[in-house]
Amino acid sequence: MRRAASLVLVQLRASVMLAAQYRLDFVLDLLIGAFWTVAAVLPLVVVYRGSSKAGVPGWTFGETLLVVGCFITLQAVIDGAISPSLTSVLDHVRKGTLDFVLLKPHDAQLLVSTARFHPWRVAGLVHAGVVFAVGFSEVGRGPALSGVAQALVLLTASTLLLYSLWLLIVSVSFFAVKVDNLGSLFTSIFDAARWPAPVFRGAFRVVFTFVIPLVVMTTFPAEALLGRLPGTTLAASVLGALGFGFAARVVWKASLARYTSAGG
Amino acid sequence: MTPALASLRAVPTLLRVGFAEAAAYRTEMVVWVLSTTMPLVMMLLWTSIADVAAVQGAGGAAWSSGDFVGYFLSVFIVRQLVAAWAAWELNFEIRQGTLALRLLRPIHPLLAFATSNLAYLPLRTLVTLPVVALLVVTHRDALATDLRAWLLWPVSVACAWGITFFVNVTVGALAFVTDSSLKLMDLWFAFFFVFSGYLVPLELFPPWLEALSAWLPFRYVLAVPVEVMTGRAAFDEALGLVLRQAAWLGVLGSVAAATWRFGVRRFQAFGG
Repeated sequence: MRRAASLVLVQLRASVMLAAQYRLDFVLDLLIGAFWTVAAVLPLVVVYRGSSKAGVPGWTFGETLLVVGCFITLQAVIDGAISPSLTSVLDHVRKGTLDFVLLKPHDAQLLVSTARFHPWRVAGLVHAGVVFAVGFSEVGRGPALSGVAQALVLLTASTLLLYSLWLLIVSVSFFAVKVDNLGSLFTSIFDAARWPAPVFRGAFRVVFTFVIPLVVMTTFPAEALLGRLPGTTLAASVLGALGFGFAARVVWKASLARYTSAGG
Repeated sequence: MTPALASLRAVPTLLRVGFAEAAAYRTEMVVWVLSTTMPLVMMLLWTSIADVAAVQGAGGAAWSSGDFVGYFLSVFIVRQLVAAWAAWELNFEIRQGTLALRLLRPIHPLLAFATSNLAYLPLRTLVTLPVVALLVVTHRDALATDLRAWLLWPVSVACAWGITFFVNVTVGALAFVTDSSLKLMDLWFAFFFVFSGYLVPLELFPPWLEALSAWLPFRYVLAVPVEVMTGRAAFDEALGLVLRQAAWLGVLGSVAAATWRFGVRRFQAFGG
């Protein structure tokens, strides 16, 4: 366990040192992220446009902003900590260099999952903070401490969910070569998470709650912040995330067992 | 035979090669198409809102749920047809130095990029067909009834593709100068999402924002062909919009050509 922790620290330090060479990237990420934040919020501004009757049923403008805040937070986590490593796995698989990783005397999943971080993507948290602040001022009251704690638990669970989904995608890449764009597919599906759950109806609701649990990732934390998430939902979400993580691990192991390398 | 004529004669072959490539990497292409499902997600958002009460546009037009379905299905279709990704290819080849090979060939590299992007069109259209069928069967009343609009539509789509391609070339050619030119493409997309009608029909914008969008290139990449095919823009208005598209095409084409010429002179084919 200690060995694993120190290993992660070493990899993290390497990423930070690399990022420190490109300090200007922080400013660029901050700027470009600001435009993306505007792009995420603008449709809502148009939808609500000061009227309380219009909008997503059961969600006011401020409440919807909290969902967007969760969305931007998780996007920063994906871009900063999840997708850089796993994108490099796709590269390894295509080039056949994954063999070198597998030869190392440590768990391959841990090695590939912590290979690369983009520390400057914390810029996204700044944008999320702004959106949260505006959202709460629209709602008219701040969150309760317990709500914040619940939301943090849920966001951690969401991170596990996102990571598991990514790991499943990587597992697919062992069988189908030239699917490096599966990452973009994932990102574009995740784009749907920026709206509160009532937007999805019928079959979409079921899919986005249980199969690709977008609702769990952004709507639930926002409801927790508003203090209206039932405790059972919280517990079920955390259990579900753990189950997802476990399943992803099993699939990864099975795929790895069938991995035959690129063969020259 | 002049070089221009020789290049022209090579186009059918280049298109055939590109088509073969598209057919070989069909899974990848389908995944790309699936990753542009944002309009469909927006459709869910807008219909869930319009089902409660029709959305009032700034101009006074009411948008029902069916209007949104027709609009966003059209957006999805046009988005497939105007796709170009030369910026990434160009960026990659410049950084790897493999562009040198293309420069040696007796065909202009930009022509090669254009044909290879265009060659994906038939298969992309094929993938789009189910959506087209859905649109025609369920929401035919959301489509233009004026035959002239449908004659204008291919022109509008072609201009939109051209604008997208030239922007790609410009940004891609900036890789001659800077390492992070693809960040510019990211920025282009952020603006594209807002100002092209990709997320919000421009008509629903507050008036000042709609006026602003008329002066930016993004509208002419997506919203104009969509407005032509949904009949949102009457024919005379549509004609004016397509003329503006052509103007943008000319401007961005010159910018792309200038950037390319400036960049190639600096090219040293590092990497080796």
